Formats: sequence, C-alpha cells, structure tokens
Amino acid sequence: MADKMALAKAINESLRRALESDPKVLIMGEDVGKLGGVFRVTDGLQKDFGESRVIDTPLAESGIVGTAIGLALRGYRPVVEIQFDGFVFPAYDQIVTQLAKMHARSLGKVKLPVVVRIPYGGGIGAVEHHSESPESLFAHVAGLKVVSPSNASDAYWMMQQAIQSDDPVIFFEPKRRYWDKGEVNAEAIPGPLHKAQVVREGTDLTLAAYGPMVKLCQEVADAAAEEGKNLEVLDLRSVSPIDFDSIQASVEKTRRLVVVHEAPVFFGSGAEIAARITERSFYHLEAPVLRVGGYHAPYPPARLEEEYLPNLDRVLDAVDRSLAY
Amino acid sequence: MTVESTAARTPRRSAGSKAGTTGTKRTRTTAKKDAGTEPQLVQLLTPEGKRVKNAEYDKYVAGITPEELRGLYRDMVLTRRFDAEATSLQRQGELGLWASLLGQEAAQIGSGRATREDDYVFPTYREHGVAWCRGVDPANLLGMFRGVNNGGWDPNSNNFQLYTIVIGSQTLHATGYAMGVAKDGADSAVIAYFGDGASSQGDVAESFTFSAVYNAPVVFFCQNNQWAISEPTEKQSRVPIYQRAQGFGFPGVRVDGNDVLGVLAVTRWALERARGGEGPTLVEAFTYRMGAHTTSDDPTRYRGDEERQAWEAKDPILRLRRYLEASNHADEGFFAELEAESEALGKRVREAVRAMPDPDHFAIFENAYADGHALVDEERAQFAAYQASFADEGGN
Repeated sequence: MADKMALAKAINESLRRALESDPKVLIMGEDVGKLGGVFRVTDGLQKDFGESRVIDTPLAESGIVGTAIGLALRGYRPVVEIQFDGFVFPAYDQIVTQLAKMHARSLGKVKLPVVVRIPYGGGIGAVEHHSESPESLFAHVAGLKVVSPSNASDAYWMMQQAIQSDDPVIFFEPKRRYWDKGEVNAEAIPGPLHKAQVVREGTDLTLAAYGPMVKLCQEVADAAAEEGKNLEVLDLRSVSPIDFDSIQASVEKTRRLVVVHEAPVFFGSGAEIAARITERSFYHLEAPVLRVGGYHAPYPPARLEEEYLPNLDRVLDAVDRSLAY
Repeated sequence: MTVESTAARTPRRSAGSKAGTTGTKRTRTTAKKDAGTEPQLVQLLTPEGKRVKNAEYDKYVAGITPEELRGLYRDMVLTRRFDAEATSLQRQGELGLWASLLGQEAAQIGSGRATREDDYVFPTYREHGVAWCRGVDPANLLGMFRGVNNGGWDPNSNNFQLYTIVIGSQTLHATGYAMGVAKDGADSAVIAYFGDGASSQGDVAESFTFSAVYNAPVVFFCQNNQWAISEPTEKQSRVPIYQRAQGFGFPGVRVDGNDVLGVLAVTRWALERARGGEGPTLVEAFTYRMGAHTTSDDPTRYRGDEERQAWEAKDPILRLRRYLEASNHADEGFFAELEAESEALGKRVREAVRAMPDPDHFAIFENAYADGHALVDEERAQFAAYQASFADEGGN
C-alpha cells in the first residue's frame, strides 16, 4: 500500500525495515539514538531496537567510519550518519584510504557493506559547514558508490538497496527536501539503484539533476512550458556510477543538455557528464553541454545562499543560452 | 607495575564520572619527567639472560616448558632470517621496498604467541613476526613489497588483517571489530598493532575513546621502537606512551619489548582482560628499530651509532639464547638444526619471490567493486580494445 510521507520519514521507515529484516544491520552516529538524529531521521529506532543496534557514538567522525569498517569486517552492515555535509572531512581519510580500497586490497576476499548517510546541500539558512555538496569528492574515488534520492519513494527504496549493497555507499540526503511528502509503496519492486529516471518527458532540451535539484528542474520545466518550451527532466539518482546510457538516450532525442547541481561546477559532476556526453553524442548535440551550480568560492553566509545556489532564473537562463545556439 | 585509573575496573557507565577526580592542579613543568611518573618497565628476562621474578606477571608464564621456550627462540630466529632475506631481495631488485623488523622480534613473537586462534590481529606493515605466529606464509607478505598486489593473503584464514600503510587507521578497525565481538557474545579478543609515531594520530586517540566507551575487548599493542623514520619518540609525546591510557580510563603498561617472556606475559594478561569483559588495555613494548625505517631510509642522517650499539647489547634473541644455555634448555644440536632450518627458509622465500609472476593487466579492474560498477566495465572494455589493437597489428 502506498503511504504519503516526508522524505525523512521514508528514510526512517527504510532503516526500520532494514533493522527488522537483518540482525546484522546497525545504525551509528552522533545523536542518532535517544534524540533520533538532529533531523529526526532515526527517530524511535533506538527505542525499538536497543542501544546495541542503534548506537550513539562519541563525537568523532573518523572514529565512526573507522569502527564501522571494523564492524563490517566482523560481518555487520553498519549504516552510519555524518551529522552534516561539512563534518564528513575528519572521516574522509578512513573513507578514501580504507573503506574504498579494502575490497581491492584483499583481492576481493573482504567486503565492506557500509552505508555513510550524509544530509547535504543548502537552502535551509544554516551556519557555515551545514550547507555543502561534496558529492564529487567521493565520486572521484574508485571503490565508493554515491547516490542521492530526490523524493520520498526513492529515498525509501534506494536506502534499502544501499544497505543490501556489498560495496560502500555514500548516501547523500537532500536535507532541504526532508519535509517534502511523497507516495511510498513499500511493496513495490524497485528498479536498479544506479539507473536514472525520466521524471518528465520533453523534446527540446534535457535537464539532468539529482537530489535537491530535481524538484527545481521540474519547476523550471513548468515555467519553460509557459513559454512554449518542452523540457525533459532526468533524475540521475546516482553520481557513481552515473547512468550515462540514459543521459545519452535523452540527449540524442532533445539534442541539448543542461546539468544542474548545488555543488561548484568546477570539477563537479556536471563537468564529467559534459565530457562523456560530448564523447558519446558529439554529432547529436546542437549546443555545448551547459552547467548550473555553485561558484568557486566558499559556501556563502545564509543571507547570500540564494544567489549562490541554482534557482529558477539561473537555470532558465542556461536553458535560453542552450536553445540560442 | 601497571598504571591503572580508578575507573579502569568499574563498569563503563560510571567511568566518566569517576575518572580524574583528584582535582590537583598541575603546575607548569618542563617536558622532562615528573617525580611519580617515572616510567616503569616489566622485565622477566634481563639482557644478560637472567630470569627476574615479577609478582604480577610471573603467573602468566608460570607453566612455560623448555620446549615452548625453544619454540619462542625458533620463532625469533626464523623471523629474523626471513627479514634479512627480504632486505637482500630488495637489494637485488626483487622487491621495491622492505620494512625491516630487525630488533623487534621479541615484541612481535611474544605478543603474537599470546594470541589465541580465534583472536583477531590488526597489524601495521611491519608485523612480519606476528604474521609468522598467525601462520601466514612469509612469502605471501612479500607480494605487496614486490608490487604484484596490495595484500596477498586472506585475512580471515588466519585472523590476520592485511597490512595497513596509513599510520594508525587500523586501530579503529580493530576497535570496531572488537565491538562486533562483544555484540556477538564471543569470548575472543582483538589486538591492534601500532608504533610510537602512530600514537600521535587522531585515529589512535579516537580508537582509545571508542574502545573505552564501549568497553571493547581490544589490546592496543604499541611497539615503541624509538623512531618514526627520523623523529624520536620525544617528538611524539611528552609522557611515556603507556601513560596515555590513564586519561582514557583503561590501564597501560610498559614492558621490555626485547624480552620475549615479558611481552608474552603482559600480552596474555591484557588479552585475558579483554576476554573477561574488562575492556581495552594499552601495552607499550619498549624496543628499538635496529635497522632503517625501510630500505629507502638512511638512519645515519639522524642517529648515532652509539645508540644502536647500546641496544645491540639488549638483543632479544641473544638474551633468550643465554637463558636457554644457562638453564640447559637447549643443546648445540638444537641451535645447529635451527641454523639449517633458517637457511632453508631463506632459500624457500627467495625462490618463491623470484617465481612470483607479474599480475595480469586486467587485474587493474578486478575487485574495484564487489557488486560491479558501470564505469569500470566501460573502461575495462576500452582497455581491452586498446590492448587488442596491438595484436591486430601483428605485434606480440
């Protein structure tokens, strides 16, 4: 049965289901137990599953990921929470040098089914280090998988699939969409975790996005439709691997592509997509692939973030520039 | 002998409230030792090979037989022989690098032999003696130093994790693994190796915190070999390393790392604490890196020969030999036989390394992921096409 619930609640329900169905699943992080996490994503889980499975950890991110690796080596499937995007860096060493590489180092003998949940992105008026989008820093590292759902249903199912994955998955949760409600059908059969989805069909241009920017791109498509432009919106869902086949198929239909993400465009996922699509679909393109994203400047104070983040007009401007070629 | 905080034996939930209640304000001191914190060393066997009594730790080696003592001696001799062979193989160009354990044989064999089969070991990259004790084929240790792989053994076959090169990372893995052991209700223990340099790493401090908070069954085994490449221990710590444990709420002890009997006793004690639900312990094995940091290092740039000579007099193998001879636990035949066995081991390792083939080119892509990755598949196919293009041109 499909229930309407907020994206945060969908993740909570997904974690609950994982805890119920597999005794090896553990939840770890700062304030995830009694408090239920600062965003309440793990609300009620410690009460129902106990302190041994929903673990309030010391305030040390490298320790959280490093001990999760040890637990995974022992046969557990830890799902760890990094409280905010900007706080992942103390754990970056463990993620990059150990979590990502141990499977290869062991010539395949060791598996590390660890999920690292990171609430990410801006638009919530937060202080410094609470609004960043570091997904490219993880997508660049072989051995990691990187995903980001845009809606409640995907959040539920992608979390199920991330926990079942034998590879480490960095799970970026669009924090500004935590309270957006959507239908979640817990009996549906989900598609593959790393497959993109066309969320709006169109003919004139493809907007590709993931996480918090999918909703924006749908709004852009609505606005463009009023001007007689018929845009396709592609929810990439996965940043590593990226479903280039789906992007290619869409672009070879629309012949124009704009990639939108909150992360800085410089060395961002949009750059990789532009390069790949140029290689794959060079003769189909009517315009260069354009990118809309953050600037090469530290994430600004909250009163300026609306100028930094992609918004309706900035994306529409890129759409116009693409169509003008 | 041991330094234990008042909280060390209380249940973990009250540890926080009881630790550090003395409240005496420390006046500013120099970096030198304060009275009352003078390092104490557990030693059961002197450099001259004399057995000294120890009220606390004698019981952990009380029943040791002459055969077991000869076994420890044999382990140390063979480990040193293997290590020397590896250094030679590097000089001959067969290995890219070697990290010698010369001088640390007692620390590694004593602690390695203290572990039980179901215990789990998390090494750095220098624990060749511990690997020997765990039954890892010495030749397998050399694959990563030759450059044919990054770790050539199955960690779960011998409960001996792969070597970890990033300093200190493995202490957190050991702690997490120990948390899992406790969750499983198993009575085994975990031992994490690290060095004096690693003691400065945040990961080591975090592993102390996590293991203390969760009362994890883990032994932190620090081989203080006095040097982190060119930096002496004084550049890492203002207090003796074993005393760090006190602030985290668990006991720390310094043992003569060149005394295999002392190390065996202290590590058995620490592992028993872990198995008995008493949580973590820090063991500092006070030893000396007789060789260079690795074959790429030149210690003459930063330390004098006198220091090395002073430590040579404390050699771990020599002192056990003196003890074995003085107590008539080993005869000439034993030593001669061992000499022959050492040479055979050297030969076997030499031949195994020389026979190690370079990996297949496609090994680059293997095991990047457990469940596969579309980009890896695509790049593997591109690489295959590129390689095949040479064959098409009739090349070989």
